Amino acid sequence: MSLVAAATPTTTWYLILAAVLFGIGAVGVLVRRNPLVMFMCIELMLNAVNLSFVALAKKLGDIGGQTTVFFVMVVAAAEVVVGLGIIVSIMRRRPGATADDISAMKG
Amino acid sequence: MELVVFVLAAAMILVGAVGVIVRSNPVHAALSLILTLFGVAVMFVAQNAHFLAAVQVIVYAGAIVVLFLFVIMLLGVDRTEDISSEPFKVQRPLAAIVGVGVIGLVVAAVVSSRDAIGTRGEGLNVADVVGDGDTNIKQLARSVFGDYVVAFEVTSVLLVVAVVGTVLLTRRIKSAGKDS
Repeated sequence: MSLVAAATPTTTWYLILAAVLFGIGAVGVLVRRNPLVMFMCIELMLNAVNLSFVALAKKLGDIGGQTTVFFVMVVAAAEVVVGLGIIVSIMRRRPGATADDISAMKG
Repeated sequence: MELVVFVLAAAMILVGAVGVIVRSNPVHAALSLILTLFGVAVMFVAQNAHFLAAVQVIVYAGAIVVLFLFVIMLLGVDRTEDISSEPFKVQRPLAAIVGVGVIGLVVAAVVSSRDAIGTRGEGLNVADVVGDGDTNIKQLARSVFGDYVVAFEVTSVLLVVAVVGTVLLTRRIKSAGKDS
């Protein structure tokens, strides 16, 4: 029990977890071909970065890291709205399109 | 106690993240994403970022994932897709190599520089349960509406542009509607 009490998670643990989460998100973007799921993987990567920002804000004792996360969340919300709008208009034109089908970037 | 919270939240995050990339049904992927986002919110609480944890649950799990599910249902892609085959044979091994490489490099950098970061700022005010419970919000508000007020105002412009742009993007033009 004393061993469990002694091992408190440090900033390094949080940063390593964030790195693993970012790597999983990156693999997802590379592997999946459904544009919606690729988008979700981008959200995973954003969350990994947010996690490391918050961990470093605590470590450095600087609220600026949390402020940055606040702005990242706002930008992520705007990005999701625009991205899903683009996906909806693409999918309307050709249902079941994958990322390979829309690589040419022309109508 | 802290260790238990960390291990449980890390398990939630990793299981959810793996679920997002291996589930073949987009609805299941979105639900796995919620699991990850809740785990990250728990981590935020453990790091004294209480306001951000609340925003994480409300904005991400509440709004963004619901928007994802909305689009999935709207487009009718809520069925299992075949992800067992891959047209480019080298893509998956390459992606695995890239993923392991990214994780390995970042972890190596973090571990090798773990003693390089010291305390710099004035410290985060930890919420006091007995007295003032919202010091984190006050500190964050002073930062957002003080030092970063210009960025905050620009953010409002960004949101308006995003909303107007999305309405324009998804609007059906009447003449085009006749063709389809």
